[in-house]
Amino acid sequence: MAHASTYKPRSGFARWLDSRLPIMRLAHDSFVDFPTPKNLNYWWTFGGILSVCLVILIVSGVALSMHYTPHADFAFASVEHIMRDVNYGWLLRYMHANSSSMFFLAVYIHMLRGLYYGSYKEPREVLWILGVMLFILMIASAFLGYVLPWGQMSFWAATVITNLFGVIPFIGDEVLAWLWGGFGVDGPTLNRFYSLHYLLAFLIAGVVVLHIWALHVPGNNNPKGIDVKGPQDTIPFHPYYTVKDGFALGVFLIVLALLIFYAPNILGHPDNYIPADPLTTPEHIVPEWYFLPFYAILRAVPDILFIPAKTAGVIAMLLAIFTLFLLPWLDSSKVRSARYRPLFKQFFWIFVIACVALGWAGSQSPEGMALLVARISTLYYFAFFWVIMPLLGVIETPKSVPDSISKPVLGSGSAAASGTSG
Amino acid sequence: MAEAHVEEDQSPDTDRRDFLYIATTAVAGIGAAISLWPFIDQMNPTANVQALATTEVDLSPIETGQTIKVVWQGKPVYVRHRTQEQIKAAQSAPVDDLPDPETDADRVQQDQWLIVVGICTHLGCIPVSDPDNLRGEFGGWFCPCHGSHYDDSGRIRKGPAPDNLAVPPYQFIDDNKILIG
Ligand code: HEM
Ligand code: FES
Repeated sequence: MAHASTYKPRSGFARWLDSRLPIMRLAHDSFVDFPTPKNLNYWWTFGGILSVCLVILIVSGVALSMHYTPHADFAFASVEHIMRDVNYGWLLRYMHANSSSMFFLAVYIHMLRGLYYGSYKEPREVLWILGVMLFILMIASAFLGYVLPWGQMSFWAATVITNLFGVIPFIGDEVLAWLWGGFGVDGPTLNRFYSLHYLLAFLIAGVVVLHIWALHVPGNNNPKGIDVKGPQDTIPFHPYYTVKDGFALGVFLIVLALLIFYAPNILGHPDNYIPADPLTTPEHIVPEWYFLPFYAILRAVPDILFIPAKTAGVIAMLLAIFTLFLLPWLDSSKVRSARYRPLFKQFFWIFVIACVALGWAGSQSPEGMALLVARISTLYYFAFFWVIMPLLGVIETPKSVPDSISKPVLGSGSAAASGTSG
Repeated sequence: MAEAHVEEDQSPDTDRRDFLYIATTAVAGIGAAISLWPFIDQMNPTANVQALATTEVDLSPIETGQTIKVVWQGKPVYVRHRTQEQIKAAQSAPVDDLPDPETDADRVQQDQWLIVVGICTHLGCIPVSDPDNLRGEFGGWFCPCHGSHYDDSGRIRKGPAPDNLAVPPYQFIDDNKILIG
């Protein structure tokens, strides 16, 4: 929320700087004395975790780029060189690869948090839209990065994904040649993917700034989903939330460290340690785990009327992502938090199950049981956003929402009890 | 400071101003759009990649029933020396019922030689044709990526791929040699 600045420069230099570039004031008002709802739970710590992940990715990425060679003949060898010869190269690479995995884990939790507590609703629509843009940039960046080691999975992921653009009517082949810089994925493709991989990371950082700006105008949502009514509902960001975020970050980093040091390849695919071979496709192509749900949607869709399955699959996959942009307007309920929405809460958890089911189906070959699960879950995915969300606001009777954030804490016992659920 | 706005908007100069703004913006906009083109076009295949490579294949060592893989423009091309049964199966397929109807005769120049680009028309994997197992249900090729089955003429019979395997441009230089491209 917009609030009066409480920054007091404490030295002559600080005063001098403040009247020229009030950057310390901005930092103080944004991250020290920023009034924050006092009831945020641990699901609110993932924004900070994501920011730290991005920093880790950029720092390890810049270090890797000092040793990596973006050339079809040398890329694979240069990654092996990083693993064997470069001082701590193994650490940098495992850090980079596993942080990107954990980055996605954190972003999925972050997004589901927003979905559960209605954080995308008025007045936070722009904040949500910027978040979806970040998600799309992350997808692009991770895909481009995965191609760089130029192993078999890199090469065939690049082939399968770029070929999705082939469904564009009339100019599909031209677009493909333009993307590849040739007649197939090859050296020119690798070179441009490297350039764009580097670029996107910084675009992401830029959009993160906008995202936080858009957060600081309306202020945080909170588990009750009700507006802050006054100073009694808030506490300063520092030290209360710096400590809470710091603790959560510590736990997160321990998990990340366990992955890096004890199971650095568990999330990767062994075939990516085979150099790219344009003439042989691995028997079973799977993307990284964080793309599996979308991969499942891509392959779940059959021919629809005159649209062939291939095109329909691509459209469905894109729609699955772009639907998120419309979420603030698809949800017709005025109540934000699922705590007070008994029906929505149930559909929400079914949605989570459908996403996990899609992830499983994406890892299997698309036939029999896996195909069936993928189709049902895909249907639910779209029904959730396009049918259930618009309808619920009309048919659901929400529970009564507390008057203010402080009320249940200070007020009567029955109200206090409802404050512990969800 | 809220005076005179209405007045100003109605001044006789407004039209001329608007025109100048629009014209200037349009010229600058078109200029910017045009100067984008080199940045887009630089990503297209370069001259050396474009220089259409051709590939010559000697057919004599390929035995009946055998398939070889050659590289043409960086892409795999399958050359299959078909057996009598394979030719018969390819010719007797119910053309009208195929997802991408094409007769076998339209796809080969000489019955015993089937030449197709080995790139799945679904999302670009390389279909396999391993005589022992992975040939798919129609005896031709099987794409392991998402399960497309191709027949003895390289036609799509089952699975997500929409089109038949492409037949590259080629000509017989003599009875035992072809030039692809
Ligand atoms: C948005 C943040 C980023 C994400 C999500 C990301 C993701 C990835 C992924 C998934 C890989 C493949 C890892 C593997 O299998 O080895 C990779 C590789 C790579 N990335 Fe990034 N990255 C990010 C930022 C950066 C930055 C900022 C740089 C450099 C300035 C960079 C440079 C590299 C290099 C050189 C490689 C190839 C070496 C390797 O395979 O480890 N990345 N990236
Ligand atoms: S690429 Fe061959 S079936 Fe998908």
